[in-house]
Amino acid sequence: MDEYRPPLTDILFVLREVAGLDEVLAAPAFEGIDDDSVEMVLTEVGRFMAEVVAPTNRAGDQHPTVRNPDGTVTTAPGFKAAYDQYVASGFGAVPFDPRWGGGGFPWISAIAIQELMTSANMAFALCPLLTQGAIDALEHHGSEEQKDVYLPKMLTGEWTGTMNLTEPQAGSDVGALTSKAEPVGDGSWKITGQKIFITYGEQDLTENIVHLVLARTPGAAPGTRGISMFLVPKFLVNADGSLGQRNDVTCVSIEHKLGIHGSPTCVLSYGDNGGAIGWLIGEEGDGMRNMFTMMNNARLSVGLQGLAVAERAYQQALAYAQERRQGTAVGAERGTSSPIIDHADVRRLLMTQRAWIDAMRCLVYANAAAIDRSKTLAGAEAEAAREVAELYTPLSKGLCTDVGNEMTSLAVQIHGGMGFVEETGIAQHYRDIRIAAIYEGTNGIQAADLVGRKLPMRGGAVVGEQLDLVDAVAAQLAATEDLKGFGQQLEAASAATRRATQWVLTNAPTNPNNALAASSPYLRMLGTVVCGGLLGRAALAAGAHADADPNGFYAAKRVSARFFGEQILPLATALEPAVTAGPDDLFALTPAQLG
Amino acid sequence: MNVVVCVKQIPDPADPGALDPGTKTLKRDVKLILDESDTYGVEMALQLVDKAGEGSVHLVSMAPNNERSGLATALAMGAASATLISDPALLGSDALTTAKLLAAAIGERDGVDLVISGSESSDGYTGTVPTQIAAVLDLPSITAAKAITVDGGQVQIQRQTNAGYDDVTCSLPCVVSVTAGVVEPRYPSFKGIMAAKSKPVDERTAADLGFDAGQVGWAGAGQEIVDIAAAPARSAGEVVEDDGESYTKVIEFLENLKVI
Ligand SMILES: Cc1cc2nc3c(=O)[nH]c(=O)nc-3n(C[C@H](O)[C@H](O)[C@H](O)COP(=O)(O)OP(=O)(O)OC[C@H]3O[C@@H](n4cnc5c(N)ncnc54)[C@H](O)[C@@H]3O)c2cc1C
Repeated sequence: MDEYRPPLTDILFVLREVAGLDEVLAAPAFEGIDDDSVEMVLTEVGRFMAEVVAPTNRAGDQHPTVRNPDGTVTTAPGFKAAYDQYVASGFGAVPFDPRWGGGGFPWISAIAIQELMTSANMAFALCPLLTQGAIDALEHHGSEEQKDVYLPKMLTGEWTGTMNLTEPQAGSDVGALTSKAEPVGDGSWKITGQKIFITYGEQDLTENIVHLVLARTPGAAPGTRGISMFLVPKFLVNADGSLGQRNDVTCVSIEHKLGIHGSPTCVLSYGDNGGAIGWLIGEEGDGMRNMFTMMNNARLSVGLQGLAVAERAYQQALAYAQERRQGTAVGAERGTSSPIIDHADVRRLLMTQRAWIDAMRCLVYANAAAIDRSKTLAGAEAEAAREVAELYTPLSKGLCTDVGNEMTSLAVQIHGGMGFVEETGIAQHYRDIRIAAIYEGTNGIQAADLVGRKLPMRGGAVVGEQLDLVDAVAAQLAATEDLKGFGQQLEAASAATRRATQWVLTNAPTNPNNALAASSPYLRMLGTVVCGGLLGRAALAAGAHADADPNGFYAAKRVSARFFGEQILPLATALEPAVTAGPDDLFALTPAQLG
Repeated sequence: MNVVVCVKQIPDPADPGALDPGTKTLKRDVKLILDESDTYGVEMALQLVDKAGEGSVHLVSMAPNNERSGLATALAMGAASATLISDPALLGSDALTTAKLLAAAIGERDGVDLVISGSESSDGYTGTVPTQIAAVLDLPSITAAKAITVDGGQVQIQRQTNAGYDDVTCSLPCVVSVTAGVVEPRYPSFKGIMAAKSKPVDERTAADLGFDAGQVGWAGAGQEIVDIAAAPARSAGEVVEDDGESYTKVIEFLENLKVI
């Protein structure tokens, strides 16, 4: 019942009609890679994920990773075998530079692969996801020697990567971290300190792990400016590429968690025996900037988790709604018991999930396409694409993970009481996705990033241009017979978002709390409206296929987009008062009065 | 060691298939995929060629609309090349016609040591094509193979039976149909998928293979589908609560079925 069916047609539709795959592939950097190659790769990846990875999902939940007394970690049954097959497949290397053994595909194809893998098993997929983030950081900031030694094995997945920011006193506030790095004198550094919550910090899947660690060098400035990034391998690598001495980093415990039981969340201790050997990546003091390469990459991937787990949960909810019979639906023969899918309220639960899943897929893939364009275009065009990617990243992360939580909750709801018991497996998705709103910068931090850094880009003009695009789509929709209502709602939502945007821009300078109080509802509002614009494009594009639509696929896309536009989008419009209310009532009560 | 594998491309069994009430056959105008039951033959062939250290695997497939998606999967697994037989005139061809066309495409090739096929397709289930190919090519036919070993000009086959298996030895070339599930078919790797793009797929029409329109398709079919009916829906099974004695009920159940 909890089988996974890769939604390839949906993914290809968004790639082609919304994210502009053709345009991305037209760049000289992707010469020799055509639409057909992307489809072939995704088809086989989908089959692999459904047949090899998806069956490990339940086991990961039911057999959480264990830390053994000797500090090793044992992953859930089936994980190692599936991981070995993943390495053999070479799918981890698809989006990277051929110089290191990569396939040279655009990032958007990596996102599609990640979606398929994350739907199959989110806890499993976290390991390749972090490895890819680490590769990205090394590619950008590592020395040539570091790249030569580490990248080829990381691309295949033979070695994995981790990101080490968090310490007990340094969570959202990364600048508070105290791990230390002392120069040894031979170019290497000795790292000491404790990191907590390190995903796949220890595992039994691969022979080596490449930790990217943030630490302070002697005399470094306080706060984030004094942070540097170090490469600390679990096993040192000999000159001939073989593995040498075990480094001084150990897993001292792992967490027991609400979800993603299959993913080890480790406390790592560096330097219990004199210091872990590490190498500086980039320059001293650039650690935060370098880590942001990895974090931006990972933030999009975490946003994608919201989509991927919602998709998996939806598939199961849809199947259950057709099997479970209760009550007599309107129009059904008296005395018969109807499948619950025939009840209007269950339909609403299903349509809401379907529409949001389409919306999230548009947002995340458009975000990835902007990243690709920022790399392959030049000059002003590249800059514009980079701005879009920057703006979309907190939207993808914040909105899709919040919505992922809501949609898996609806999937549980469809199961009734069976959703609350563990037997059906639907509860796992609800528990698993909860973390996505927390890690990689909590959604509160995403909202702060949006109002504090992204909205002010070019004095708000980047957001303004996005709303212009939305308005253009709204006008087209309003002129289309069956999409008029969608067009009107989109126009209204965009206008409200413009007013809200203006309010934040005007009032932030007088009191930062004006912007911060507005931040979360503003993220929801802008994110939903951007989704509305993208879905509008999807609906119009689907219309162009009306004549060749034997399975009704395009017609269904149009209906689900319209449902979003008419019945979900207005909720975003309604957020305007929350954005513009200011912080007064948030702080009107003392902590005692809040009690 | 040159092996030809006959592979069928079928509608995805995960999508609810539809029968055309007019022709009483499966609708095939959707995207087709490699029949899972053919992946075992492809895998066995690849292993035989690997072991021999020389030669290659060639695919032969007959499909509507020049469909290649399923071939692409088998090429990505490691097959070297393919012949695709596709022609609107072939619509409605029965099992024997299919076998004749596949045999003609195999016959075009020199130095074929072994022909492998699945036992039966997962959409048609006639199960007759492999032996028909052998008859048309006048080659020995061995069915239900669970293991194949090649030794010089001979092939040793473990042939599955109800009781276990028979050891069969046969001269090469011959036609062997393999049982599903007997090997672990590899998944195409990224490199394999990209390499598949440049592997040759030769297209053939009925005429190319020496058939005229009257010999193939509906016109040439010696078989007629008289009626089709939906399979009865699976009824709910019987649940036996285990009170420590439930094994007696299981034995009784199996005895009633006369399987023990
Ligand atoms: C399963 C799991 C895996 C993880 N994996 C990794 C990993 O691989 N590597 C790694 O380095 N870390 C990892 N983390 C750590 C994770 O990134 C942090 O938990 C997260 O950044 C939040 O930090 P915190 O837990 O200290 O919460 P806090 O920072 O204490 O936040 C508590 C609450 O306060 C809010 N808050 C805090 N500061 C502000 C502010 N300035 N403005 C507004 N609101 C604020 C937060 O939004 C949150 O709601 C992981 C955590 C978990 C649970």
